[in-house]
Amino acid sequence: MKRITLSLCTLLLTALLAVPAFAARTLLMATTTSTANTGLLDDLIVPQFKKDTGIEIKFIAVGTGKALKMAENGDVDVVLVHAPAAEKVYVDKGVLIDRTQLMYNDFVIIGPDSDPAGIKGMTPAKALNAIAAKQAVFASRGDNSGTNKKEISLWKAADMQVPDKEAWYVQTGQGMISTITVAEEKGAYTMTDRGTYIKYSANKDGNPPLKVLVEGDPVLFNQYSALAVNPKMHKNAKYDLAKEFIAWMARPETQKAIGDFKLLGKPLFTPNAQ
Amino acid sequence: MDYLLQGFLHAFVLLFQGDPETYSAVWTTVAVSTTSICCSMLIGVPLGFSLGFNEFPGKRAVRTVVDTLLSFPTVVIGLLVYAFLSRSGPLGNMGLLFTVPGVAVGQTILGLPIIIAMTANAVETMDKRLAPTLITLGADKRRILRDTVLEARFSIMLAAMAAYGRIVSEVGISMMVGGNIKWHTRTITTAIALETGKGEFEMGIALGIVLLAVAFAVNISAATLRKRATQ
Repeated sequence: MKRITLSLCTLLLTALLAVPAFAARTLLMATTTSTANTGLLDDLIVPQFKKDTGIEIKFIAVGTGKALKMAENGDVDVVLVHAPAAEKVYVDKGVLIDRTQLMYNDFVIIGPDSDPAGIKGMTPAKALNAIAAKQAVFASRGDNSGTNKKEISLWKAADMQVPDKEAWYVQTGQGMISTITVAEEKGAYTMTDRGTYIKYSANKDGNPPLKVLVEGDPVLFNQYSALAVNPKMHKNAKYDLAKEFIAWMARPETQKAIGDFKLLGKPLFTPNAQ
Repeated sequence: MDYLLQGFLHAFVLLFQGDPETYSAVWTTVAVSTTSICCSMLIGVPLGFSLGFNEFPGKRAVRTVVDTLLSFPTVVIGLLVYAFLSRSGPLGNMGLLFTVPGVAVGQTILGLPIIIAMTANAVETMDKRLAPTLITLGADKRRILRDTVLEARFSIMLAAMAAYGRIVSEVGISMMVGGNIKWHTRTITTAIALETGKGEFEMGIALGIVLLAVAFAVNISAATLRKRATQ
């Protein structure tokens, strides 16, 4: 028994040492699941920012809809999101300021190799029409995230009612990779951002069951931007740190590092700060 | 099947090679659930005791409420605590959102009904002659309280273990109130949710095994304490 107690104490002590000391300056950020799931934040941005400025980033990965809401409530200091139309609403309200474009990737429609609706190489609008006509299963995130907002806008752009209760339209209410997993199990189509798709491919050792079928259309462009919480709205918001973070993200060295961040030899995001 | 085997091997690597991320999550889990269970006990045992010991009008109704709260869904607690702790909520100035103490507040609320209900039950089902006997032996009120609780200590310990089990395995509150922040509020359960969300099932299973190991370690130490107490 004594030995168990002893090993338990050792375990706790190790754990204690493993937790780094609380940094004096911390920045709270709400971001999308795509930046978190691909490892961009954990493996590159958070450690490098800490090294360069001594500021620690604590990030919460949620959908863009929730991230913006958190900023409005004053629960975070800065957001890193990808839904320009929704961002504009909050900028107009005066809740968020300093919107800075940082990087982009693109959305793709993926599906099983057999391609039951025959959408390969089509434009997004035609592809969605074909899927609906064939009633081929389509998995949607259905969580009001940036990706979900984009998907809804594509249905609208294809002059169609956004599906909701249709049996072939599956709304998972989960993050991107979970949704891709659902699509894979059901042999369904889904829409995802390129970065998450590469990460998913890497999980499947570079040979994923779902392939990219529709890509390259200008409407599939996916812009990521950072926005700071307006200190006039929330006096607790750490605006100076947020400003420093946005400037750091936009500087050439960081932009280059983002471009060099690759999985399976493919870049996940392309920097485009001005 | 491959997932399970790989996950099992992975768990050993994480535990014995001292993976700092895993130990950070283990430590957060232990810290937050220990804080929660202590707070739940401090508040819940006296409340449960007075509920079980005293007779008062409306006692049945209170019992029903407490019993109903036993099945309070963790996501609802998470949502309520989030709403209160948010900067735009009533307790926003305390700055508890996305911190370990914030999660502990939610988990204390989760553990409280279990402690109250089980303590009340223990006191109620105890030998009815205990209090009169203590009085005849010249005990005062405080003494009666102390001895009754002492007599019910095993049942209370059981309540604590039950509450701990629910707290340590909880994910809704930790995710919503804690925000799953790496090195800070990431617990084992939220880490499992994250890894599964990333499609890393193997890692999820490995962390699940780590969580089981932690629960096992806590149970063993509780059992040891109990053995010492009975000797």
